[in-house]
Amino acid sequence: MAAFAALCLLPFLLVIIASLSSEKSITLNGYTYFPSEWSLEAYKVMTAPSSSLPRSYLITIAVTGIGTFCAALITYCAGYALANRLCKYRNALALYFFATMVFSAGLVPWYMIAKMLGCYNNIFALIVPSLMFSPFNMFLVRNFIAGIPDSLNESARIDGAGELHIAFRIYFPLCTPVLATVTLFYAIGYWNNYFNAVMLLDSQKLYPLQMLLFKIQSEITMMSRVLQGVNLNPPKESFKMAAAVVVMGPIILLYPLLQRYFIKGMIVGAIKG
Amino acid sequence: MQAVLKEIWKHKVIYALALPAVVYTFIFGYMTLPYLVIAFEKYNFRQGLLSEFVGLKNFKFFFGSSWAWTVTRNTVVLNFLFIIIGAVFAILLAILLNEVRAKKFLKFSQSAMLFPYFISWIIVSYILDGILNTETGMFNRWLASMGSDKINFYSTPDYWYPILIFLRIWKGSGYTSIIYLAAITGMDEGLYEAAYIDGASRFKRILHITLPLLFPTVCILTLMDVGRIFYGDFGMFYAIIRDNGQLMPIAEVIDTYVYRTFRLTGDPGVSMAIGLYQSIVGFILVFGSNWIIKRNYPEGALF
Repeated sequence: MAAFAALCLLPFLLVIIASLSSEKSITLNGYTYFPSEWSLEAYKVMTAPSSSLPRSYLITIAVTGIGTFCAALITYCAGYALANRLCKYRNALALYFFATMVFSAGLVPWYMIAKMLGCYNNIFALIVPSLMFSPFNMFLVRNFIAGIPDSLNESARIDGAGELHIAFRIYFPLCTPVLATVTLFYAIGYWNNYFNAVMLLDSQKLYPLQMLLFKIQSEITMMSRVLQGVNLNPPKESFKMAAAVVVMGPIILLYPLLQRYFIKGMIVGAIKG
Repeated sequence: MQAVLKEIWKHKVIYALALPAVVYTFIFGYMTLPYLVIAFEKYNFRQGLLSEFVGLKNFKFFFGSSWAWTVTRNTVVLNFLFIIIGAVFAILLAILLNEVRAKKFLKFSQSAMLFPYFISWIIVSYILDGILNTETGMFNRWLASMGSDKINFYSTPDYWYPILIFLRIWKGSGYTSIIYLAAITGMDEGLYEAAYIDGASRFKRILHITLPLLFPTVCILTLMDVGRIFYGDFGMFYAIIRDNGQLMPIAEVIDTYVYRTFRLTGDPGVSMAIGLYQSIVGFILVFGSNWIIKRNYPEGALF
Protein backbone atom coordinates (compact mmCIF):
# COMPACT_ATOMS: atom_id res chain seq x y z
CA MET A 1 0.00 0.00 0.00
CA ALA A 2 2.84 2.34 0.85
CA ALA A 3 4.28 1.43 -2.53
CA PHE A 4 1.07 2.42 -4.27
CA ALA A 5 0.97 5.69 -2.34
CA ALA A 6 4.50 6.41 -3.52
CA LEU A 7 3.57 5.43 -7.06
CA CYS A 8 0.80 8.03 -6.93
CA LEU A 9 3.15 10.86 -6.00
CA LEU A 10 6.48 10.10 -7.66
CA PRO A 11 5.38 10.90 -11.24
CA PHE A 12 4.50 14.41 -10.15
CA LEU A 13 7.89 14.82 -8.60
CA LEU A 14 9.37 13.88 -11.96
CA VAL A 15 7.39 16.65 -13.65
CA ILE A 16 8.54 19.20 -11.08
CA ILE A 17 12.18 18.16 -11.33
CA ALA A 18 12.09 18.15 -15.12
CA SER A 19 10.66 21.66 -15.11
CA LEU A 20 13.65 22.77 -13.06
CA SER A 21 16.22 20.99 -15.23
CA SER A 22 18.15 22.76 -17.92
CA GLU A 23 17.24 21.94 -21.51
CA LYS A 24 20.70 20.57 -22.11
CA SER A 25 20.34 18.18 -19.23
CA ILE A 26 17.06 16.81 -20.60
CA THR A 27 18.31 16.29 -24.15
CA LEU A 28 21.42 14.64 -22.76
CA ASN A 29 20.01 12.41 -20.01
CA GLY A 30 16.30 12.31 -20.76
CA TYR A 31 13.78 12.85 -17.97
CA THR A 32 15.36 11.89 -14.71
CA TYR A 33 15.04 12.46 -10.99
CA PHE A 34 18.70 13.51 -10.90
CA PRO A 35 19.34 16.11 -13.60
CA SER A 36 22.92 17.08 -14.27
CA GLU A 37 22.10 20.77 -14.38
CA TRP A 38 19.33 22.86 -12.79
CA SER A 39 17.76 25.91 -14.39
CA LEU A 40 14.88 28.33 -13.97
CA GLU A 41 14.92 29.22 -17.66
CA ALA A 42 11.55 27.54 -18.39
CA TYR A 43 9.76 29.62 -15.78
CA LYS A 44 11.39 32.83 -16.98
CA VAL A 45 10.22 32.18 -20.52
CA MET A 46 6.70 31.62 -19.29
CA THR A 47 6.36 35.02 -17.69
CA ALA A 48 7.70 36.90 -20.71
CA PRO A 49 5.24 39.56 -21.91
CA SER A 50 4.61 37.86 -25.25
CA SER A 51 3.81 34.45 -23.78
CA SER A 52 0.17 33.41 -24.10
CA LEU A 53 0.22 31.39 -20.90
CA PRO A 54 -0.78 34.21 -18.50
CA ARG A 55 -3.76 34.95 -20.71
CA SER A 56 -4.92 31.33 -20.63
CA TYR A 57 -4.44 31.37 -16.91
CA LEU A 58 -6.76 34.32 -16.47
CA ILE A 59 -9.36 32.71 -18.71
CA THR A 60 -9.23 29.47 -16.75
CA ILE A 61 -9.49 31.27 -13.42
CA ALA A 62 -12.46 33.32 -14.62
CA VAL A 63 -14.21 30.29 -16.09
CA THR A 64 -13.61 28.17 -12.99
CA GLY A 65 -14.66 30.95 -10.62
CA ILE A 66 -17.85 32.00 -12.36
CA GLY A 67 -18.80 28.48 -13.40
CA THR A 68 -18.26 26.90 -10.01
CA PHE A 69 -20.20 29.63 -8.23
CA CYS A 70 -23.22 29.32 -10.53
CA ALA A 71 -23.09 25.54 -10.56
CA ALA A 72 -22.90 25.21 -6.78
CA LEU A 73 -25.76 27.66 -6.33
CA ILE A 74 -28.02 25.96 -8.88
CA THR A 75 -27.21 22.59 -7.36
CA TYR A 76 -27.86 23.67 -3.79
CA CYS A 77 -31.20 25.27 -4.65
CA ALA A 78 -32.42 22.21 -6.54
CA GLY A 79 -31.13 19.81 -3.90
CA TYR A 80 -32.86 21.84 -1.18
CA ALA A 81 -36.16 21.89 -3.05
CA LEU A 82 -36.03 18.15 -3.68
CA ALA A 83 -35.42 17.41 -0.01
CA ASN A 84 -38.24 19.70 1.14
CA ARG A 85 -41.39 17.98 2.34
CA LEU A 86 -43.55 20.89 1.25
CA CYS A 87 -42.50 20.15 -2.30
CA LYS A 88 -45.19 17.60 -3.07
CA TYR A 89 -43.84 16.67 -6.50
CA ARG A 90 -40.27 16.12 -5.33
CA ASN A 91 -40.23 12.48 -6.38
CA ALA A 92 -41.47 13.31 -9.86
CA LEU A 93 -38.76 15.96 -10.08
CA ALA A 94 -36.13 13.47 -8.91
CA LEU A 95 -37.18 11.13 -11.70
CA TYR A 96 -37.03 14.01 -14.17
CA PHE A 97 -33.37 14.58 -13.26
CA PHE A 98 -32.49 10.92 -12.94
CA ALA A 99 -33.74 10.11 -16.45
CA THR A 100 -31.08 12.34 -18.00
CA MET A 101 -28.41 10.42 -16.09
CA VAL A 102 -29.24 7.13 -17.81
CA PHE A 103 -30.08 8.34 -21.28
CA SER A 104 -28.20 10.95 -23.25
CA ALA A 105 -28.41 11.60 -26.94
CA GLY A 106 -24.71 12.28 -27.25
CA LEU A 107 -22.35 14.67 -28.89
CA VAL A 108 -24.19 15.94 -31.97
CA PRO A 109 -27.30 17.41 -30.32
CA TRP A 110 -25.15 18.77 -27.51
CA TYR A 111 -22.98 20.60 -30.02
CA MET A 112 -25.93 21.95 -31.98
CA ILE A 113 -27.79 23.17 -28.90
CA ALA A 114 -24.68 24.84 -27.50
CA LYS A 115 -24.19 26.60 -30.81
CA MET A 116 -27.85 27.59 -31.01
CA LEU A 117 -27.61 29.17 -27.55
CA GLY A 118 -24.65 31.23 -28.71
CA CYS A 119 -22.16 29.25 -26.66
CA TYR A 120 -19.66 29.08 -29.48
CA ASN A 121 -16.24 30.65 -29.70
CA ASN A 122 -16.76 32.80 -26.64
CA ILE A 123 -16.25 32.45 -22.93
CA PHE A 124 -19.77 31.10 -22.39
CA ALA A 125 -18.81 28.06 -24.45
CA LEU A 126 -16.40 27.19 -21.66
CA ILE A 127 -18.85 27.86 -18.84
CA VAL A 128 -22.37 26.88 -19.79
CA PRO A 129 -22.61 23.62 -21.80
CA SER A 130 -22.79 20.48 -19.65
CA LEU A 131 -20.56 21.68 -16.82
CA MET A 132 -22.93 23.96 -14.96
CA PHE A 133 -25.18 21.37 -13.38
CA SER A 134 -24.83 17.70 -12.56
CA PRO A 135 -27.77 15.70 -11.23
CA PHE A 136 -25.30 13.47 -9.41
CA ASN A 137 -24.12 16.39 -7.28
CA MET A 138 -27.68 17.49 -6.72
CA PHE A 139 -28.56 14.09 -5.32
CA LEU A 140 -25.59 14.33 -2.97
CA VAL A 141 -27.00 17.61 -1.62
CA ARG A 142 -30.51 16.24 -1.45
CA ASN A 143 -29.43 13.18 0.50
CA PHE A 144 -27.49 15.30 2.92
CA ILE A 145 -30.42 17.65 3.59
CA ALA A 146 -32.82 14.72 3.89
CA GLY A 147 -30.68 13.58 6.83
CA ILE A 148 -31.44 16.77 8.77
CA PRO A 149 -34.52 16.35 11.03
CA ASP A 150 -37.69 17.90 9.63
CA SER A 151 -38.47 19.56 12.94
CA LEU A 152 -35.87 22.19 12.12
CA ASN A 153 -37.85 23.33 9.10
CA GLU A 154 -41.13 23.26 11.06
CA SER A 155 -39.85 25.24 14.01
CA ALA A 156 -38.32 27.85 11.72
CA ARG A 157 -41.67 28.14 9.98
CA ILE A 158 -43.51 28.52 13.29
CA ASP A 159 -41.07 31.28 14.22
CA GLY A 160 -42.23 33.03 11.07
CA ALA A 161 -39.10 32.63 8.92
CA GLY A 162 -39.67 33.03 5.17
CA GLU A 163 -38.88 30.27 2.65
CA LEU A 164 -35.71 31.96 1.41
CA HIS A 165 -34.56 32.69 4.92
CA ILE A 166 -34.92 29.01 5.81
CA ALA A 167 -33.13 27.90 2.67
CA PHE A 168 -30.15 30.24 2.82
CA ARG A 169 -29.78 31.33 6.45
CA ILE A 170 -30.70 28.13 8.26
CA TYR A 171 -30.02 25.17 5.97
CA PHE A 172 -27.17 26.57 3.90
CA PRO A 173 -24.66 26.84 6.79
CA LEU A 174 -25.59 23.34 7.94
CA CYS A 175 -24.69 21.95 4.54
CA THR A 176 -21.05 23.10 4.57
CA PRO A 177 -19.52 19.60 4.28
CA VAL A 178 -21.58 18.53 1.27
CA LEU A 179 -21.37 21.97 -0.32
CA ALA A 180 -17.60 21.85 -0.05
CA THR A 181 -17.55 18.48 -1.77
CA VAL A 182 -19.88 19.57 -4.54
CA THR A 183 -18.03 22.85 -5.07
CA LEU A 184 -14.81 20.91 -5.30
CA PHE A 185 -16.27 18.53 -7.90
CA TYR A 186 -17.38 21.45 -10.03
CA ALA A 187 -14.16 23.42 -9.60
CA ILE A 188 -12.03 20.44 -10.59
CA GLY A 189 -14.39 19.77 -13.47
CA TYR A 190 -13.93 23.30 -14.80
CA TRP A 191 -10.22 23.50 -14.15
CA ASN A 192 -9.47 20.20 -15.88
CA ASN A 193 -11.95 20.51 -18.74
CA TYR A 194 -10.70 20.70 -22.29
CA PHE A 195 -13.61 19.03 -24.05
CA ASN A 196 -15.62 22.24 -24.36
CA ALA A 197 -12.60 23.98 -25.84
CA VAL A 198 -12.00 21.14 -28.33
CA MET A 199 -15.62 21.20 -29.46
CA LEU A 200 -16.69 24.81 -29.21
CA LEU A 201 -13.65 27.04 -29.70
CA ASP A 202 -12.00 28.14 -32.90
CA SER A 203 -10.10 31.10 -31.55
CA GLN A 204 -6.79 30.36 -29.89
CA LYS A 205 -7.12 33.57 -27.92
CA LEU A 206 -9.69 31.91 -25.70
CA TYR A 207 -7.83 28.70 -25.01
CA PRO A 208 -8.03 27.67 -21.38
CA LEU A 209 -4.95 26.14 -19.77
CA GLN A 210 -5.69 22.47 -20.43
CA MET A 211 -6.38 23.17 -24.07
CA LEU A 212 -3.16 25.14 -24.37
CA LEU A 213 -1.23 22.24 -22.84
CA PHE A 214 -2.98 19.83 -25.17
CA LYS A 215 -2.00 21.87 -28.20
CA ILE A 216 1.57 22.45 -27.04
CA GLN A 217 2.03 18.70 -26.83
CA SER A 218 0.44 17.82 -30.14
CA GLU A 219 1.42 20.73 -32.38
CA ILE A 220 4.98 21.90 -32.66
CA THR A 221 3.84 25.18 -34.17
CA MET A 222 1.80 25.92 -31.08
CA MET A 223 4.90 25.84 -28.92
CA SER A 224 6.66 28.46 -30.99
CA ARG A 225 3.55 30.60 -30.89
CA VAL A 226 3.37 30.39 -27.13
CA LEU A 227 7.05 31.22 -26.86
CA GLN A 228 6.85 33.87 -29.57
CA GLY A 229 9.77 36.25 -29.64
CA VAL A 230 11.11 35.03 -26.34
CA ASN A 231 14.26 33.29 -27.21
CA LEU A 232 16.00 32.02 -30.29
CA ASN A 233 16.54 28.67 -28.66
CA PRO A 234 13.64 28.12 -26.29
CA PRO A 235 13.84 25.40 -23.61
CA LYS A 236 11.11 23.25 -25.12
CA GLU A 237 11.12 20.12 -22.98
CA SER A 238 11.50 21.84 -19.65
CA PHE A 239 9.00 24.47 -20.74
CA LYS A 240 6.36 21.80 -21.31
CA MET A 241 6.89 20.43 -17.85
CA ALA A 242 7.01 23.89 -16.28
CA ALA A 243 3.67 24.66 -17.92
CA ALA A 244 2.29 21.42 -16.47
CA VAL A 245 3.53 22.40 -13.01
CA VAL A 246 1.94 25.82 -13.25
CA VAL A 247 -1.36 24.29 -14.34
CA MET A 248 -1.29 21.83 -11.44
CA GLY A 249 -0.09 24.57 -9.10
CA PRO A 250 -3.38 25.64 -7.52
CA ILE A 251 -4.42 22.03 -7.04
CA ILE A 252 -1.13 21.18 -5.34
CA LEU A 253 -1.28 24.27 -3.13
CA LEU A 254 -4.91 23.83 -2.13
CA TYR A 255 -4.66 20.07 -1.89
CA PRO A 256 -4.29 19.70 1.90
CA LEU A 257 -7.46 21.76 2.29
CA LEU A 258 -9.30 20.13 -0.60
CA GLN A 259 -8.78 16.54 0.35
CA ARG A 260 -9.84 17.06 3.96
CA TYR A 261 -13.24 18.38 2.94
CA PHE A 262 -13.46 15.97 0.10
CA ILE A 263 -12.90 12.83 2.16
CA LYS A 264 -15.35 14.13 4.78
CA GLY A 265 -18.00 14.97 2.22
CA MET A 266 -17.55 11.73 0.31
CA ILE A 267 -17.98 9.70 3.49
CA VAL A 268 -21.13 11.59 4.40
CA GLY A 269 -22.54 11.24 0.89
CA ALA A 270 -21.60 7.60 0.54
CA ILE A 271 -23.17 6.52 3.81
CA LYS A 272 -26.35 8.36 3.00
CA GLY A 273 -26.33 7.47 -0.68
CA MET B 1 -54.02 19.94 -13.90
CA GLN B 2 -55.48 22.90 -12.08
CA ALA B 3 -54.89 21.18 -8.76
CA VAL B 4 -51.26 20.63 -9.70
CA LEU B 5 -50.75 24.27 -10.61
CA LYS B 6 -52.48 25.37 -7.45
CA GLU B 7 -50.22 23.14 -5.39
CA ILE B 8 -47.13 24.54 -7.11
CA TRP B 9 -48.34 28.11 -6.66
CA LYS B 10 -48.88 27.49 -2.97
CA HIS B 11 -45.20 26.67 -2.53
CA LYS B 12 -43.93 28.75 -5.40
CA VAL B 13 -40.71 29.80 -3.68
CA ILE B 14 -39.58 26.21 -3.21
CA TYR B 15 -40.38 25.28 -6.80
CA ALA B 16 -38.70 28.44 -8.02
CA LEU B 17 -35.51 27.30 -6.30
CA ALA B 18 -35.51 24.13 -8.39
CA LEU B 19 -36.31 26.05 -11.57
CA PRO B 20 -32.79 26.87 -12.82
CA ALA B 21 -31.79 23.21 -12.57
CA VAL B 22 -35.03 22.13 -14.23
CA VAL B 23 -34.51 24.52 -17.13
CA TYR B 24 -30.86 23.56 -17.52
CA THR B 25 -31.69 19.86 -17.54
CA PHE B 26 -34.46 20.49 -20.02
CA ILE B 27 -32.15 22.28 -22.43
CA PHE B 28 -29.19 19.93 -22.27
CA GLY B 29 -31.17 16.77 -21.57
CA TYR B 30 -34.69 16.69 -22.99
CA MET B 31 -34.20 19.15 -25.82
CA THR B 32 -31.58 16.85 -27.34
CA LEU B 33 -34.21 14.19 -28.05
CA PRO B 34 -35.74 15.71 -31.21
CA TYR B 35 -32.22 15.78 -32.67
CA LEU B 36 -32.25 11.99 -32.74
CA VAL B 37 -34.09 12.15 -36.09
CA ILE B 38 -30.84 13.37 -37.65
CA ALA B 39 -29.70 9.74 -37.47
CA PHE B 40 -32.21 8.94 -40.21
CA GLU B 41 -31.54 11.96 -42.38
CA LYS B 42 -29.08 13.29 -44.89
CA TYR B 43 -28.48 16.36 -42.80
CA ASN B 44 -27.87 19.78 -44.25
CA PHE B 45 -27.53 22.91 -42.20
CA ARG B 46 -30.10 24.90 -44.17
CA GLN B 47 -33.04 22.59 -43.55
CA GLY B 48 -31.90 21.49 -40.09
CA LEU B 49 -34.04 18.85 -38.45
CA LEU B 50 -36.33 18.70 -41.50
CA SER B 51 -33.62 17.41 -43.83
CA GLU B 52 -34.24 14.63 -46.32
CA PHE B 53 -35.22 11.29 -44.78
CA VAL B 54 -32.90 8.46 -45.81
CA GLY B 55 -33.99 5.61 -43.55
CA LEU B 56 -31.22 3.44 -42.18
CA LYS B 57 -28.56 4.60 -44.61
CA ASN B 58 -26.41 6.21 -41.93
CA PHE B 59 -26.54 3.08 -39.83
CA LYS B 60 -25.64 0.93 -42.84
CA PHE B 61 -22.69 3.17 -43.52
CA PHE B 62 -21.38 2.78 -39.98
CA PHE B 63 -22.04 -0.94 -39.55
CA GLY B 64 -20.70 -1.59 -43.04
CA SER B 65 -17.28 -0.24 -42.10
CA SER B 66 -14.71 -2.21 -40.14
CA TRP B 67 -14.67 0.57 -37.55
CA ALA B 68 -18.03 -0.47 -36.13
CA TRP B 69 -16.58 -3.68 -34.72
CA THR B 70 -13.23 -2.12 -33.77
CA VAL B 71 -14.58 0.77 -31.73
CA THR B 72 -17.31 -1.32 -30.09
CA ARG B 73 -14.78 -3.97 -29.08
CA ASN B 74 -12.27 -1.44 -27.77
CA THR B 75 -14.89 0.40 -25.75
CA VAL B 76 -16.51 -2.67 -24.22
CA VAL B 77 -13.34 -4.69 -23.59
CA LEU B 78 -11.42 -1.78 -22.09
CA ASN B 79 -14.31 -0.66 -19.91
CA PHE B 80 -14.89 -4.24 -18.80
CA LEU B 81 -11.26 -4.58 -17.76
CA PHE B 82 -11.35 -1.16 -16.07
CA ILE B 83 -14.40 -2.21 -14.05
CA ILE B 84 -13.18 -5.65 -12.94
CA ILE B 85 -9.56 -4.84 -12.22
CA GLY B 86 -10.48 -1.44 -10.81
CA ALA B 87 -13.05 -2.86 -8.39
CA VAL B 88 -10.77 -5.63 -7.14
CA PHE B 89 -7.91 -3.23 -6.62
CA ALA B 90 -10.03 -0.60 -4.89
CA ILE B 91 -11.58 -3.18 -2.52
CA LEU B 92 -8.11 -4.47 -1.70
CA LEU B 93 -6.91 -0.93 -0.98
CA ALA B 94 -9.92 -0.15 1.20
CA ILE B 95 -9.45 -3.31 3.25
CA LEU B 96 -5.75 -2.57 3.69
CA LEU B 97 -6.50 1.04 4.66
CA ASN B 98 -9.01 -0.20 7.19
CA GLU B 99 -6.39 -2.41 8.83
CA VAL B 100 -3.95 0.46 9.25
CA ARG B 101 -3.80 1.55 12.88
CA ALA B 102 -1.27 4.37 12.57
CA LYS B 103 -3.49 7.41 12.01
CA LYS B 104 -0.81 9.61 10.46
CA PHE B 105 0.22 6.99 7.96
CA LEU B 106 -3.42 6.31 7.06
CA LYS B 107 -4.06 9.98 6.38
CA PHE B 108 -0.92 10.36 4.37
CA SER B 109 -1.49 7.34 2.14
CA GLN B 110 -5.13 8.27 1.61
CA SER B 111 -4.16 11.76 0.49
CA ALA B 112 -1.43 10.41 -1.76
CA MET B 113 -3.73 7.91 -3.47
CA LEU B 114 -6.42 10.50 -4.05
CA PHE B 115 -4.07 13.00 -5.62
CA PRO B 116 -4.06 11.65 -9.21
CA TYR B 117 -7.86 11.80 -9.19
CA PHE B 118 -7.70 15.60 -9.17
CA ILE B 119 -5.19 15.90 -11.99
CA SER B 120 -6.32 16.30 -15.58
CA TRP B 121 -5.76 13.63 -18.23
CA ILE B 122 -3.73 16.19 -20.17
CA ILE B 123 -1.18 16.35 -17.35
CA VAL B 124 -1.24 12.55 -17.18
CA SER B 125 -0.38 12.46 -20.88
CA TYR B 126 2.59 14.75 -20.16
CA ILE B 127 3.84 12.43 -17.43
CA LEU B 128 3.34 9.39 -19.63
CA ASP B 129 5.32 11.06 -22.38
CA GLY B 130 8.08 11.84 -19.91
CA ILE B 131 8.34 8.16 -19.12
CA LEU B 132 7.68 6.43 -22.45
CA ASN B 133 9.01 8.90 -25.02
CA THR B 134 11.53 7.26 -27.34
CA GLU B 135 14.03 10.11 -27.18
CA THR B 136 13.84 11.54 -23.68
CA GLY B 137 11.54 9.15 -21.79
CA MET B 138 12.84 7.90 -18.49
CA PHE B 139 11.96 4.27 -19.17
CA ASN B 140 13.56 4.21 -22.60
CA ARG B 141 16.69 5.88 -21.26
CA TRP B 142 16.82 3.22 -18.59
CA LEU B 143 16.46 0.49 -21.22
CA ALA B 144 19.26 2.06 -23.22
CA SER B 145 21.51 2.25 -20.19
CA MET B 146 20.92 -1.46 -19.61
CA GLY B 147 22.02 -2.08 -23.17
CA SER B 148 18.57 -3.08 -24.45
CA ASP B 149 16.85 -1.69 -27.51
CA LYS B 150 14.50 1.22 -27.02
CA ILE B 151 10.79 0.51 -27.33
CA ASN B 152 8.74 2.75 -29.54
CA PHE B 153 5.57 2.73 -27.44
CA TYR B 154 3.69 5.34 -29.40
CA SER B 155 3.71 3.27 -32.56
CA THR B 156 3.14 -0.19 -31.05
CA PRO B 157 -0.53 -0.89 -30.32
CA ASP B 158 0.22 -4.08 -28.36
CA TYR B 159 1.38 -2.22 -25.27
CA TRP B 160 -1.64 -0.03 -24.91
CA TYR B 161 -4.30 -2.19 -23.28
CA PRO B 162 -2.03 -2.69 -20.23
CA ILE B 163 -0.92 0.95 -20.26
CA LEU B 164 -4.47 2.29 -20.40
CA ILE B 165 -5.64 -0.09 -17.68
CA PHE B 166 -2.72 0.90 -15.49
CA LEU B 167 -3.44 4.60 -15.96
CA ARG B 168 -7.09 4.16 -15.18
CA ILE B 169 -6.39 2.23 -11.97
CA TRP B 170 -3.67 4.64 -10.97
CA LYS B 171 -5.92 7.66 -11.40
CA GLY B 172 -9.20 6.30 -10.09
CA SER B 173 -8.72 3.69 -7.40
CA GLY B 174 -7.86 6.17 -4.65
CA TYR B 175 -11.29 7.73 -5.09
CA THR B 176 -13.19 4.45 -5.27
CA SER B 177 -11.36 3.02 -2.28
CA ILE B 178 -12.47 5.99 -0.17
CA ILE B 179 -16.10 5.17 -0.91
CA TYR B 180 -15.48 1.53 0.00
CA LEU B 181 -13.60 2.54 3.12
CA ALA B 182 -16.53 4.73 4.16
CA ALA B 183 -18.84 1.74 3.77
CA ILE B 184 -16.46 -0.44 5.82
CA THR B 185 -16.15 2.09 8.65
CA GLY B 186 -19.94 2.31 8.75
CA MET B 187 -20.23 -1.40 9.54
CA ASP B 188 -21.39 -2.68 12.90
CA GLU B 189 -18.41 -2.91 15.28
CA GLY B 190 -20.26 -5.52 17.32
CA LEU B 191 -19.95 -8.10 14.56
CA TYR B 192 -16.18 -7.77 14.56
CA GLU B 193 -16.00 -7.98 18.33
CA ALA B 194 -18.17 -11.08 18.40
CA ALA B 195 -16.04 -12.69 15.70
CA TYR B 196 -12.91 -11.75 17.61
CA ILE B 197 -14.22 -13.36 20.80
CA ASP B 198 -15.14 -16.46 18.82
CA GLY B 199 -11.52 -16.63 17.76
CA ALA B 200 -11.82 -15.62 14.10
CA SER B 201 -8.49 -14.54 12.65
CA ARG B 202 -8.04 -11.19 10.97
CA PHE B 203 -8.22 -12.82 7.55
CA LYS B 204 -11.37 -14.76 8.50
CA ARG B 205 -13.02 -11.56 9.73
CA ILE B 206 -12.30 -9.87 6.41
CA LEU B 207 -13.53 -12.87 4.45
CA HIS B 208 -16.73 -13.50 6.42
CA ILE B 209 -17.75 -10.05 7.63
CA THR B 210 -16.16 -7.22 5.63
CA LEU B 211 -16.55 -8.68 2.15
CA PRO B 212 -20.20 -9.82 2.43
CA LEU B 213 -21.22 -6.52 4.02
CA LEU B 214 -19.35 -4.57 1.37
CA PHE B 215 -21.05 -6.44 -1.42
CA PRO B 216 -24.11 -4.15 -1.85
CA THR B 217 -21.86 -1.10 -2.23
CA VAL B 218 -19.69 -2.96 -4.73
CA CYS B 219 -22.81 -3.94 -6.67
CA ILE B 220 -24.15 -0.40 -6.83
CA LEU B 221 -20.86 1.15 -7.94
CA THR B 222 -20.21 -1.62 -10.46
CA LEU B 223 -23.73 -1.34 -11.79
CA MET B 224 -23.24 2.36 -12.43
CA ASP B 225 -20.07 1.54 -14.37
CA VAL B 226 -21.70 -1.30 -16.32
CA GLY B 227 -24.36 1.16 -17.41
CA ARG B 228 -21.56 3.29 -18.85
CA ILE B 229 -19.71 0.40 -20.48
CA PHE B 230 -20.67 1.63 -23.94
CA TYR B 231 -19.27 5.08 -23.27
CA GLY B 232 -15.56 5.58 -23.74
CA ASP B 233 -14.09 8.30 -21.55
CA PHE B 234 -13.38 10.99 -24.15
CA GLY B 235 -11.37 13.13 -21.75
CA MET B 236 -9.05 10.21 -21.09
CA PHE B 237 -8.67 8.69 -24.53
CA TYR B 238 -8.34 11.87 -26.50
CA ALA B 239 -5.74 13.26 -24.09
CA ILE B 240 -3.64 10.09 -24.12
CA ILE B 241 -4.04 8.79 -27.67
CA ARG B 242 -4.80 12.08 -29.44
CA ASP B 243 -4.82 11.66 -33.21
CA ASN B 244 -2.24 8.89 -33.24
CA GLY B 245 -3.39 6.76 -36.17
CA GLN B 246 -1.11 3.87 -35.31
CA LEU B 247 -2.80 3.32 -31.96
CA MET B 248 -6.35 3.70 -33.19
CA PRO B 249 -6.98 0.01 -33.97
CA ILE B 250 -6.58 -0.72 -30.27
CA ALA B 251 -7.49 2.54 -28.55
CA GLU B 252 -10.16 4.25 -30.63
CA VAL B 253 -13.38 4.14 -28.61
CA ILE B 254 -16.93 5.01 -29.65
CA ASP B 255 -16.79 8.53 -28.24
CA THR B 256 -13.55 9.52 -29.92
CA TYR B 257 -14.78 7.94 -33.15
CA VAL B 258 -18.03 9.91 -33.03
CA TYR B 259 -16.00 13.05 -32.48
CA ARG B 260 -13.76 12.25 -35.42
CA THR B 261 -16.57 11.47 -37.83
CA PHE B 262 -18.38 14.61 -36.77
CA ARG B 263 -15.45 17.01 -36.73
CA LEU B 264 -13.47 15.64 -39.66
CA THR B 265 -16.12 14.52 -42.11
CA GLY B 266 -18.62 17.10 -40.91
CA ASP B 267 -21.53 14.71 -41.37
CA PRO B 268 -23.89 14.89 -38.37
CA GLY B 269 -26.07 12.07 -39.78
CA VAL B 270 -23.53 9.29 -39.34
CA SER B 271 -22.29 10.65 -36.00
CA MET B 272 -25.84 10.84 -34.72
CA ALA B 273 -26.51 7.29 -35.88
CA ILE B 274 -23.50 6.03 -33.93
CA GLY B 275 -24.57 8.14 -30.95
CA LEU B 276 -28.05 6.66 -31.07
CA TYR B 277 -26.67 3.13 -31.27
CA GLN B 278 -24.53 3.92 -28.24
CA SER B 279 -27.39 5.48 -26.25
CA ILE B 280 -29.82 2.64 -26.92
CA VAL B 281 -27.40 -0.17 -26.08
CA GLY B 282 -26.24 1.79 -23.02
CA PHE B 283 -29.84 2.26 -21.91
CA ILE B 284 -30.60 -1.45 -22.31
CA LEU B 285 -27.46 -2.31 -20.36
CA VAL B 286 -28.42 -0.06 -17.43
CA PHE B 287 -31.87 -1.56 -17.11
CA GLY B 288 -30.80 -5.09 -17.97
CA SER B 289 -28.03 -5.24 -15.40
CA ASN B 290 -30.20 -3.59 -12.78
CA TRP B 291 -32.97 -6.08 -13.47
CA ILE B 292 -30.64 -9.05 -13.09
CA ILE B 293 -29.20 -7.73 -9.82
CA LYS B 294 -32.65 -6.90 -8.50
CA ARG B 295 -33.88 -10.43 -9.10
CA ASN B 296 -30.91 -12.12 -7.50
CA TYR B 297 -29.79 -9.63 -4.90
CA PRO B 298 -32.24 -6.79 -4.14
CA GLU B 299 -29.93 -4.82 -1.78
CA GLY B 300 -27.47 -4.22 -4.58
CA ALA B 301 -29.95 -2.73 -7.07
CA LEU B 302 -29.55 0.83 -8.21
CA PHE B 303 -33.28 1.61 -8.57
